[in-house]
Amino acid sequence: MQSTSNTTTTKTDIIFDRKTIKEAVVEIVSDSGEGAQKCGQSLGAISAKMGNGVWTVEIIPAEIQPPARSKAGASGIRVRMGSNKVTNMGDHADIVVALNEQVLYGRIDQNAYKSGTYLLIENKWATHTPETQKAYEESLAQFKELGYIIHEIPMEKECLKHVSDARKGKNMWVLGLLCNIYDRDLEIAANQIKYVFRKKSDKIIQSNLDLLHAGYAWANENLPMHFTIPSRLSDEDFVVMNGNEALSLGVMAADIEVCSMYPITPATSATHAMAETIESAGGIIHQAEDEIAAIGFAIGASYAGKTAVTITSGPGIALKTEFIGLAVMAEIPLVIIDVQRGGPSTGLPTKVEQGDLLAVLYGAAGDAPKIVLAPSTIEECFHYIILARKLADSFRSPVFVLTDANLATGVQPFPRPTIKPDWFTGPANQAPWKKGVKAYDWDAETGLSDRPIPGQKGGMYTLTGLAHDEESHVAYDPSINQRAAESRSRKLAALHKTLKVPVVNGSETGDLLLVGWGSTRGAIEEAVERAREKGANVSSLHLHFLSPIEPGLKGIFSKFKKVMTVEINYSDTIGNPLITEENRRYAQLAWYLRAHTLMDVDCFSNVYGQPLSPIQILKMMEKQLDLTLID
Amino acid sequence: MIALQPDFCDIALPEGEHYSIEDYASSKARWCSGCGAHTILNSVQKLCNDKQLPPEKTVFVSGIGCSSRFPHYMKTYGFHGLHGRAFPVACGVKFRRPDLNVFVITGDGDCCSIGAGHWVHAIRYNMKMVVLLFDNAIYGLTKKQTSPTSPFGTVSNTHPAGSVLPPINPIQATLGLPNVSFVAQTVDWKPAHLNATLKKAFDHPGLAFVRIVQRCPIWMRDSYEPTVKDPDAITVLNHENGIVLDEKALKKFRHVNEHDPSDILKAREAAEMVKETTPIGLFYQNKEAIRYDEYGAHNLGTAVEDRIGAINSMMDRYAI
Repeated sequence: MQSTSNTTTTKTDIIFDRKTIKEAVVEIVSDSGEGAQKCGQSLGAISAKMGNGVWTVEIIPAEIQPPARSKAGASGIRVRMGSNKVTNMGDHADIVVALNEQVLYGRIDQNAYKSGTYLLIENKWATHTPETQKAYEESLAQFKELGYIIHEIPMEKECLKHVSDARKGKNMWVLGLLCNIYDRDLEIAANQIKYVFRKKSDKIIQSNLDLLHAGYAWANENLPMHFTIPSRLSDEDFVVMNGNEALSLGVMAADIEVCSMYPITPATSATHAMAETIESAGGIIHQAEDEIAAIGFAIGASYAGKTAVTITSGPGIALKTEFIGLAVMAEIPLVIIDVQRGGPSTGLPTKVEQGDLLAVLYGAAGDAPKIVLAPSTIEECFHYIILARKLADSFRSPVFVLTDANLATGVQPFPRPTIKPDWFTGPANQAPWKKGVKAYDWDAETGLSDRPIPGQKGGMYTLTGLAHDEESHVAYDPSINQRAAESRSRKLAALHKTLKVPVVNGSETGDLLLVGWGSTRGAIEEAVERAREKGANVSSLHLHFLSPIEPGLKGIFSKFKKVMTVEINYSDTIGNPLITEENRRYAQLAWYLRAHTLMDVDCFSNVYGQPLSPIQILKMMEKQLDLTLID
Repeated sequence: MIALQPDFCDIALPEGEHYSIEDYASSKARWCSGCGAHTILNSVQKLCNDKQLPPEKTVFVSGIGCSSRFPHYMKTYGFHGLHGRAFPVACGVKFRRPDLNVFVITGDGDCCSIGAGHWVHAIRYNMKMVVLLFDNAIYGLTKKQTSPTSPFGTVSNTHPAGSVLPPINPIQATLGLPNVSFVAQTVDWKPAHLNATLKKAFDHPGLAFVRIVQRCPIWMRDSYEPTVKDPDAITVLNHENGIVLDEKALKKFRHVNEHDPSDILKAREAAEMVKETTPIGLFYQNKEAIRYDEYGAHNLGTAVEDRIGAINSMMDRYAI
């Protein structure tokens, strides 16, 4: 809307200047169940619809109902809105709306705020029980000391003018408040509320619309900060969704008929997203009895000529490992989506980590080569499933798609994909099998072969996980095992031949090259851009194919004084007790690249369970390059 | 290409096409001499021949163990997968392929130990398939360890002083599961009863669970010989709706009990008989149980335009 105007007239005719800003980072934090995420998702959708770049990331406690007003119980969302495309969660929040003051501590510990961040805090706690009042006053005093600017907001009191239970509705009042602060289009906001509550009664929709307008009006009259974030409306059609939703659409658009899964955080919401649609889209979800059965079922379906996917997270991959080995050994096409979370073991179920790379590459008995892809944006979460399905069929192989909790819950607009009829290949081939062709007729050069599908006359064979010859007969002669292993491995080499040398972001020579994979791309590239503006000679490279690895890396690396990976997983830090060059354990991509290139690839990684912010990477680069890169 | 339709399990053969027993036989079975699996293999090949199952429309799915080598000896499609995991694979095969005849070949370790979780759920899914539990009450391929169905006190390499826990009764356990629809027991050394049981199982519209008490002449000779030799050791569960033997065959058994397979409580009682005798016959059948494979196949053949339409309507919800 009025993206060029700095002045807004409201219903109450108060006129004030709006400050034009390029971007803003907003957080809404609350106890679980207070609707903070719905509020932030709506703000993100409204902003995207106005033509702003948006990235949202959820702040999720591990429990469904953690104790109220607890430091660890913060549930909420961060929304970053900008005039340009936004690719990551950004550095520090500019404005935080808190439904109680205690939940802010967890975020403060995570360095989410800076001196000058506005904290808009529910003030009902100031007149609550004596104990709560004391905690409230002490906290506010601490926050002031930390340099935050505090506004105490009578959220409960204002909401009770419109609803009897303020807990159900405060979020939409806050949405109105934020819409006023950031000059959001009220009509788009109203339509968003109608959409969000589309399954509810007209009365509930009206009450939420009233709250939206009330919050807007209250902010207009009572708050001093008002901004506008210019936007550009594109002619192109856009969609806005999170990575798991993009995965779910990708699964259906990839002509996958069987989605076999077992519930696991943070992967399951991908199945939720498709649950209402998949049966009309010609597919079906099988919720298996366990992770092992989920992949076994998918493998059975694929063996019978039905395209299949299994969706899980790290602990699920651990359980599926034996079947993954079988899929490699018996060359069964299958798409395996791993939405990574913090590990090892149950780890951090709701938090981000890129900790499964080596497990996926090597976590099998014997040599089990498979294809591994890593989308780096929400948009790629959609398209990579279609790619993965094609590769699985063409290479008669399981194909991994590694995403993570950051992509899973991050929301970003992207151009609406056009679903192509040729992505749908129709029923499995049931024509008679070619006479004289064996079940594993390995091509001498590429290792590739066609597979018979049950129903094909003359193609009968018994698939086996035992070492086998071309006819799938159990190999009692060890030379067959060597030849079969070579054939399976050579399929990766054949795919490798088709890959292009990746393009460096920034200059092709320099002092430092950052190498990343997966969800960290936005933060890395923004950090590199900001560092280059300050004169640093840094570039970055983002890998999407991890097995086979993209070609030309040695040549690219050799043009930089230093190469280091930036990852969200564990690595030892030199200088910590006992850690030396000899015993240091590297981040996962760094291990892999060191082995692959025989070059000294360093790494920067951590397991705080948070997405990387550009400023963390900039701080690391300041140390590496001995430059000042942060204002 | 053939578009798969939900309801054709019986395929009309092209005019003049006939399969002989040899059309179902692959390489020579490598089981030990005297192993009960040989007679089961013959009986299964006979069933395929009697039913004239097209070999390309027939899939044998197995786990790991002596019995699980079975698919290699059939000239049909086969899937010799992982230890304990035959059920999920077979269910995946059947889910969207109503036209395939699916058989599960599993052993007592495979089904009742490492794969017990899948056993429970496969019974509940009740997809149309025949499950043959080759129960020799011992781990054979790994050389004589106690199995979950080994009789109490079985001397094995893991329990040289005799096994210390009572065995699982697979019939009793299966009859306790929700949505169970067909439970039968037979023995490998009574071919007439074995053949009749397999036929009844194949004709069942759901998951037919057949436990075959099986001889292991290498590790369990002492355990089976009395049952095989003693005419009093077996009790036939007889009923017009059960496994029907002709009069001559029935006369060979000394003990015949009438048992109505529609009564699950009586079936559970009959399953308790194992302490004194080996009951064979149909314990329970319910042709009306819910079938998950019918749900799995309900939207087969959705037109590509409709599929794209559904995806686009979902995408509309995310449109800006």
